[in-house]
Amino acid sequence: MTLNPNRAAGATPLVAMKDISISFGGIRAVDHVSIDLHAGEVVGLLGHNGAGKSTLIKCLSGAYRMDSGEILIDGEKAEIHNPRDARRYNIETIYQTLALADNLDAASNLFLGRELVTPLGFVDDSRMEAETRRIMGRLNPNFRKFKVPVAALSGGQRQSVAIARAVYFNARILIMDEPTAALGPQETRMVGELIQELKRQGLGIFLISHDIHDVMDLCDRISVMKNGVLVGSEQVGDVTEDEILGMIILGKKPERAGVN
Amino acid sequence: MSDTAEAHGAARKRSFIETLEIDTRLLGMIGAFIVLCLVFHFQTDGRFLTPRNIFTLAIQTVSVAIMATGMVFVIVTRHIDLSVGSLLALCSAVMGMMQVVVMPQMMGMGFGHPLIAPLAILSGVVVGVLIGAFNGWLIGYLTIPSFIVTLGGLLIWRNVAWYLTSGQTIGPLDPTFQLFGGINGTIGPFWSWVVGGLGTAAALWSLWSARRAKQVHGFRVKPAWAELVMGGLVAAAILGFVAIVNAYEVPAARLRRLFEARGETMPEGYTTGYGLPVSVLVLIAVAIAMTVIAKRTRFGRYIFATGGNPDAAELSGINTRLLTVKIFALLGGLCALSAVVASARLTNHANDIGTLDELRVIAAAVIGGTALSGGMGTIYGAILGAIIMQSLQSGMAMVGVDAPFQNIVVGSVLVLAVLIDIIYRKRTGGFK
Repeated sequence: MTLNPNRAAGATPLVAMKDISISFGGIRAVDHVSIDLHAGEVVGLLGHNGAGKSTLIKCLSGAYRMDSGEILIDGEKAEIHNPRDARRYNIETIYQTLALADNLDAASNLFLGRELVTPLGFVDDSRMEAETRRIMGRLNPNFRKFKVPVAALSGGQRQSVAIARAVYFNARILIMDEPTAALGPQETRMVGELIQELKRQGLGIFLISHDIHDVMDLCDRISVMKNGVLVGSEQVGDVTEDEILGMIILGKKPERAGVN
Repeated sequence: MSDTAEAHGAARKRSFIETLEIDTRLLGMIGAFIVLCLVFHFQTDGRFLTPRNIFTLAIQTVSVAIMATGMVFVIVTRHIDLSVGSLLALCSAVMGMMQVVVMPQMMGMGFGHPLIAPLAILSGVVVGVLIGAFNGWLIGYLTIPSFIVTLGGLLIWRNVAWYLTSGQTIGPLDPTFQLFGGINGTIGPFWSWVVGGLGTAAALWSLWSARRAKQVHGFRVKPAWAELVMGGLVAAAILGFVAIVNAYEVPAARLRRLFEARGETMPEGYTTGYGLPVSVLVLIAVAIAMTVIAKRTRFGRYIFATGGNPDAAELSGINTRLLTVKIFALLGGLCALSAVVASARLTNHANDIGTLDELRVIAAAVIGGTALSGGMGTIYGAILGAIIMQSLQSGMAMVGVDAPFQNIVVGSVLVLAVLIDIIYRKRTGGFK
């Protein structure tokens, strides 16, 4: 992996989450964790179930409110209290649970919360469908089922609707929470190609994953969490698979500390 | 549906129904309704499908049908409202008190003042919307289950009405107000044809403009003949209904009284029909408005999205709490409209008005294909559901079915309708 030019020393990160803590009923789910993300970079968040990676990232997407700490976007303090706030900062999230309204069609889901309207203020279904066909033609040309509720789509097709939503609305920061967990091998490859494409377009991507191979293939950098604490952040090129496993399982930092 | 057909290969010949793009569920309901009507018609020796009985059925259905359209939104978002009958009673009590006691006596406007009816209706709608919004706030923001909030409301609001009226029957209501009741307020054959003509034109125009919108974006449209058949069916339904209500003739004695009231004498052999009742026009207006809200507004889109997946809706930035308040406020307003129609039909407000309406309204929505699991339901379905319920009840009364059996049949039909719906959904594969 080549070093990302945007990560030249001193460049302001796209996102900097500083000293984030959040507790649920006395349990510190996230304990003073700091991570950052640059434009055109894919940062993998790794750790066991319950390590706190999803919780941490939900503070950024607005689904949870952190107890303490701050989030900087382009170096400026960002106030994110709910998903609407997150959208204002061009943060889009793609969930493992495929957060789509099953009873609506692809176009309605893609534009959910941001419908195109006619001059009279009515939703413009024809135009939304046309836009959906246009963007899906670029992302997933095999996609045909525009008129049926998304309940009738396969996992990969549904995930491509979710990704199309992020792309269409010019996300700058993309959060992907286990985006391939529910997908078959071919669909996983498709999502992987999409991630590479989005990265080339200069998006910053947080990729939460269990799958260490996914992460080695797709990410520039990894941050490993264990029991709510950040074990460390490393350039993917600097560590071996075994060392990453050591971080995840034992919470042990590699001997020679990385650049970070 | 259409795209599935495409996926299976364009070579497959599309059936007649598929080409018309009619909802098969709607078709099934209409079929069941027609069978029901024919059975009653023959069992009553031809008294069921007469202009007079159809007119009566129509005005009896309006009150429940208006509320059922609002109940669709509530059930689609996975809530329930058990308080609609009680809220109707309270709105009716407020409007009754306003037009019989407050405005004519306390405010000294006198009986028959032209502003009494509009102000009374306004006050009722304000009360309905505020109470609905309050219920919605308890449900959305304080997260009390809607079943509990509205079960409480079922007890509370009817008894607030009782307290307001000291349990007395309030009447007679304002003459202008009574025009909303049905038989006392019809627009006559001429204006009925005018309304029917305009309605037909509007329906055809909307079919045509929907087709054009598809063509602009280069989507496939159904063949022109299918469009013409649909247009023909719609026109026949509208104009047919107008012809029926016009054929229901005003009794000669009543006509003579009307002429005498104007100081004229009735010409020999003069007859005229009732035409469309005002209450039915109200229902049609509500049906159109609610359908537009459901299909063409963001508000409607959010209602269905929230019903399909509340978490996805919330994560998409939809304020689902405020949405809940709006939905219940809307249903509250519709309860007030139903109260206008129901009390005007009875010409007074009585304590027991709207008793058990909550169950009729929920049954109408459910028979009309609204799923309690959320995310699915249509306005026309709910109205058709209300018509089927009312026809069943009136028909059985006319045939002379014993009272206990009437309710047994209605209850069984409700359960059976939901069972058929579940089987239908399994066969067609989920959300349709």
